[in-house]
Amino acid sequence: MWPMQLSGSMLINGVAFAIAFGFGFVLERSGFGDSRRLAAQFYFHEQRVLKVMFTAIITAMLLLFWSAALGLVDFDRIYVNETHLGPAIVGGLALGSGFIIGGYCPGTSLVSAATGKIDGAFFVGGVAFGVWVFSEFYDSVRAFFEHSGDMGRLQIFDLLGVDPGVTVVLAVLMAVGMFFGAERLERAFKGRRPKGYES
Amino acid sequence: MSAPARRPYWNPYLGGIALGVVLFLSFIITGHGLGASGGISRVMAALVQSVAPNHVDLTYDWAVMAGGGRHPLDHWLVFAIVGTAAGGFASGALAGRLKLETFRGPSISPSTRWFFAFLGGAIVGWAARMARGCTSGQALSGGAVLSVGSWVFMFSVFAGGYALSVLVRRLWN
Repeated sequence: MWPMQLSGSMLINGVAFAIAFGFGFVLERSGFGDSRRLAAQFYFHEQRVLKVMFTAIITAMLLLFWSAALGLVDFDRIYVNETHLGPAIVGGLALGSGFIIGGYCPGTSLVSAATGKIDGAFFVGGVAFGVWVFSEFYDSVRAFFEHSGDMGRLQIFDLLGVDPGVTVVLAVLMAVGMFFGAERLERAFKGRRPKGYES
Repeated sequence: MSAPARRPYWNPYLGGIALGVVLFLSFIITGHGLGASGGISRVMAALVQSVAPNHVDLTYDWAVMAGGGRHPLDHWLVFAIVGTAAGGFASGALAGRLKLETFRGPSISPSTRWFFAFLGGAIVGWAARMARGCTSGQALSGGAVLSVGSWVFMFSVFAGGYALSVLVRRLWN
C-alpha cells in the first residue's frame, strides 16, 4: 500500500533530492528557466505556464485518484495542503504580483540561476530577502496567518458534497477548456511578441 | 564564432505530463508533493542562526525552524532546492543552454531587470510564506490533491499577475 513509509533522514533527504532533480530537469526542459516565457503568460502570446501547470496537475491528479480507487494508494496518508482562505488569497495575489514584476516563482528561479541566468539569481536573492522579512516580522501578520479562514484539510469534493470522481472529471473538463482557449489566445496574439523573442 | 545550437524546449503538454508524473511519484513515495520556497526559508534560518543564535531562539518563526540548537538544514525541503537546481543545471547543460545572460524585455537595461527581479523575488518570498507554499508546494501539489485552499491560491496568483501586468508592460514588451 502506497505511499511508502520512509524512515531515516539520510533516506528521506536523498529521495527528496532525487525527486527534485527530476522536477528541476522537467522545469528547465519546459522552458521555465526563461523569465520572458513565464511573463508571456500574462501578455497572452505564449501560454506555456498555463499549459504545463494544468497538464501536470491533471496528470498527477488522475494517477493519484485512479491509484486510490484501485486500492493501491491510501489517500488518508497523502498530504493535502490545509485550507487557510485569507492567507491563500492575500498570498496568492501578492505572489502573482511578484511573479509578473520579477519574472519567476521560487522553483523556476532556482532552475534559471542554475543555468547561468543573472536575472534568475537576483530573483533567488529577492526570495531569500522576502522570506527573511516574513519570519522577522511574523508577529505583525500572525493572527491573520494562523486563523483567517482556517478550514483544515478540505478537498473540493467535500465542499461540493459530491464524489471525488465527479470533481476529477470537472477539473479535467475545465483544463481542456482552458487549453483550447490558450491555443486561440496564442494564435490571436502571435503578432504581438516583443522584439527578439525566440519562439 | 557561433554559440552551440540550443535544443528547442519540449512541447508544453508533454512537459506537463512529465511534470505530473514527477509529482505523482513524489506523492506515492514520500506522501507529499514538491516544494521550493520552504527550503529557501530554512537556508535563511541557518544564516540568521549562525549570526544571531539568541535572536533565533527569541523570534517565534525562526525558533520553529532553528530554535534550541535545531539544525534547519537537516530537512527534506533543503535537499529539494539543491536537487531542483541540480536537475535544472543538468537539463540546461544537455540542451546547450548554460550561459551567463540576463533574460529581459527589449525596452529595459540589464541592471533595471536585475532590480525588478530582486524586487519581484522579495514579494514572492513573502507571499509564499503567507500562502504556506509557492507555485510548487501549494499550487501544483495541493492542486493535484484537490485542496480547496490550493485552488483558491492558484486562481489568486493568476488574478494578481493579470491585474498588475497592465502596469508593468514595459518590463516585458
